[in-house]
Amino acid sequence: MAREATAGILREDVAEAVSPVSAFGEGPPPPSRPEPVISNARLGLMMFIGAEVMFFAGLIGAFLVLRLSSEVWPPVGQPRLPVWITGFNTLVLLASGVAMHRAWLAAAAREQVRLSGWLLVTAVLGAVFLTIQGYEWVRLIGFGLTMRSGLYGSTFYALIGLHGLHVLGALVWVGVVWRLARRGRYAAGRTVGVETCKMYWLFVVALWPVLYGLVYLY
Amino acid sequence: MSEAAASAHADHGAHEPAGFWSHYVFSTDHKMIGRQFLFLGLFMLIIGGILAMLIRWQLAWPETEVPGLGWVPEPTMYEGIIPPSTYNMLFTMHATIMIFFVVMPIMVGGFGNFLIPIMIGAKDMAFPLLNMLSFWVGAVAGVLMIASFFVVGGAASGGWTSYTPLTGAAVYTGVNWGINLWVLSLFVLAFSSLMGSINYITTLINMRAPGMTYFRLPLSIWSLFITAILLLLALPVLTAALGMLFFDRVFATNFFLPAGGMPLLWQHLFWFFGHPEVYILVLPAMGVTSDVLSVFSRKPIFGYRAMAYSMIALAFLSWIVWGHHMFVSGMNPLLGTAFMLTTMVIAVPSAIKTFNWLGTLWGGSIRFTVPLLFAIGFVSNFVIGGLSGIFMASTPVDIFIHDTYFIVAHFHYVVAGIIFAMFAAIYFWFPKMFGRMTSHTWGVVHFIGTYVFFNLTFFPMHFLGVGGHMRRIYNPMQYEYLEQFGDMNVFITISAFCLGLSQIPFVVNFIWSLFAGEKAPENPWEANTLEWSAPSPPPHGNFATQPQVYRGPYEYSVPGVEEDWLPQDRPLGAAAATGH
Ligand code: HEM
Ligand SMILES: [Cu+2]
Repeated sequence: MAREATAGILREDVAEAVSPVSAFGEGPPPPSRPEPVISNARLGLMMFIGAEVMFFAGLIGAFLVLRLSSEVWPPVGQPRLPVWITGFNTLVLLASGVAMHRAWLAAAAREQVRLSGWLLVTAVLGAVFLTIQGYEWVRLIGFGLTMRSGLYGSTFYALIGLHGLHVLGALVWVGVVWRLARRGRYAAGRTVGVETCKMYWLFVVALWPVLYGLVYLY
Repeated sequence: MSEAAASAHADHGAHEPAGFWSHYVFSTDHKMIGRQFLFLGLFMLIIGGILAMLIRWQLAWPETEVPGLGWVPEPTMYEGIIPPSTYNMLFTMHATIMIFFVVMPIMVGGFGNFLIPIMIGAKDMAFPLLNMLSFWVGAVAGVLMIASFFVVGGAASGGWTSYTPLTGAAVYTGVNWGINLWVLSLFVLAFSSLMGSINYITTLINMRAPGMTYFRLPLSIWSLFITAILLLLALPVLTAALGMLFFDRVFATNFFLPAGGMPLLWQHLFWFFGHPEVYILVLPAMGVTSDVLSVFSRKPIFGYRAMAYSMIALAFLSWIVWGHHMFVSGMNPLLGTAFMLTTMVIAVPSAIKTFNWLGTLWGGSIRFTVPLLFAIGFVSNFVIGGLSGIFMASTPVDIFIHDTYFIVAHFHYVVAGIIFAMFAAIYFWFPKMFGRMTSHTWGVVHFIGTYVFFNLTFFPMHFLGVGGHMRRIYNPMQYEYLEQFGDMNVFITISAFCLGLSQIPFVVNFIWSLFAGEKAPENPWEANTLEWSAPSPPPHGNFATQPQVYRGPYEYSVPGVEEDWLPQDRPLGAAAATGH
């Protein structure tokens, strides 16, 4: 609320542009504060994603160190990871990213029906991804690959599991935005809610091929 | 303080939350949240300080009864005697509390919250609700940390660095839930700082007042800006490592255990976070010091841009030096040399800052206020700590002094030295935070005691370290070659107790001033930055009208201006007629 109040005061004098001023001494009369280039919500989310990148960088770094210092990988007697079905699943998740992008285009064009339609497609594809992942996990556990069966199992479940958790969180978010879209929240053109959701969804989508490549293929 | 606030509310009524709970507890006002962080940190400082005194008792008079603690149940103490397991717990929790629950909450949480919006001329943070959450999540982390003292087996005892395999499984330390809670607490704290840093950065980028360009920001704000970026990027790495450690301990995975995993990996991850962390601790202290020195020298800061750029350089370098904590971990000597060189480079921006502080004081019309004394204290400690850092950075030397009291001396000069900047900040902004002045005389007494006994406590530790006195050692008297240091250890302990006692004037001064101090005017120090244009204490929303910024923050003793200060928001010349 305080934020809106501040923005209100400042919006009145957006007209003047920022002129270059020296750090010291008298500058020209102060330029008014321009509208932020990137709004608070977007900027905040970008930083959150930055932190997430560092979080996964830590995990991936650990994975690589452990993986490179093991002589045989995957260790003898451990089940192989399901490369093909997960490859298909990768396509599913990438498709959900495309759907999300279409949703965003619809939001920008203020087409409410298409917006909620594409959001639904995104959510369904995301749910399919999670279901296939979960199904494969159950099978792997059945084959004896668990958190405790050595580094192979622990790194697999840690990396893939944490990604799954992020997809789940993002899925809930998409669900919320979908409901809001159906109620016409974005009809008036304030679409930052859709945009932030899109940014986060695309982050979890983009992260996946990296993990797939490292954990399944490499 | 609420009366002053109430009078200014007239035009801000709309934002003012009503009632005790929303005003003092679940407040979304950045100033209240800042005060909450300050009090959290000061409370934890008392606990951390008491733990330090117990450590010192054991080192001076090993395995004797600590007076007054005969009641502590076994196995924590045996009729007042500290057993080895408890000693390990003491130094682990002392360091953890001091770093994560004193310096971070006070410097980053407390002053970060209080100062950022008001010094950039904003009404509040970009996300006030997130800000409140950040405090309460941090408070939960604090509760978890304190709770760990009371579980079976006691609190964490694997060192604040929590090296594996020692901490990788409960069997090695005999501490199970103590360390689990330690991990959980820091995990939760990471969320608190994540929320805080997102808020700080967004606020700083988007909410600056008209005319407040980046190079008109006060250096304390610059330092908090850079700190927030480091927090944002460094903490997640710790979070990831803590997650894996927790899995190792609770789900018996093997990330950091010799059976299949890699114990050394923890050290890499920890210090990759850990060295940026020490800059998270020290940068705000540097920023505050710069502001205080300039105000009380009545001179512009020497080399404003150099100060900002050197902080940026420190932030960058802090990512590529982590290996200097691991010189004796068996790393490839070539790699060791690389880390040695990157570490040495850190001395350059550090020296730039030091010279600029001295350059600021040089030829100034110095006003010897309490904040100034503490700021100078910080500089002098930083010089000593920075110089010992260079010794340690060279591998041939560090192989001998690693894990000795020399290291303890070094990081107390830098990290505990931050306490000086913290006191400078508290004395400096107390009038703004609480609307009252503190006592000058008692502040000076506090400074002299703290400065003298700080040095008497920590300087001799260099000698212990060079003499081979290991750190984290339960009873040095068990080693023949350390017996000669018995007297020095007694001396250090007595100094440490005096250092503790020297804080009494602070506590009394703080509490007394809070209720009965002289009412503070708007700008008691005749300073330039925007917070001094707001009432003391500022109301919700900070400013009656949006301030406009005309110049940088350090225009002191400007020729042709009547007073020796020139606030950032005061128009000059033609504009003056329409201005204030
Ligand atoms: C001139 C700048 C500095 C240099 C060259 C430097 C160098 C070093 C080196 C080489 C070590 C590892 C020694 C060892 O364990 O054998 C170390 C430890 C440490 N430094 Fe610094 N340092 C500098 C500044 C700082 C600052 C500014 C801080 C904090 C604000 C700091 C905090 C610490 C801490 C906490 C440790 C001990 C960590 C531990 O093992 O528990 N240092 N420093
Ligand atoms: Cu370091």
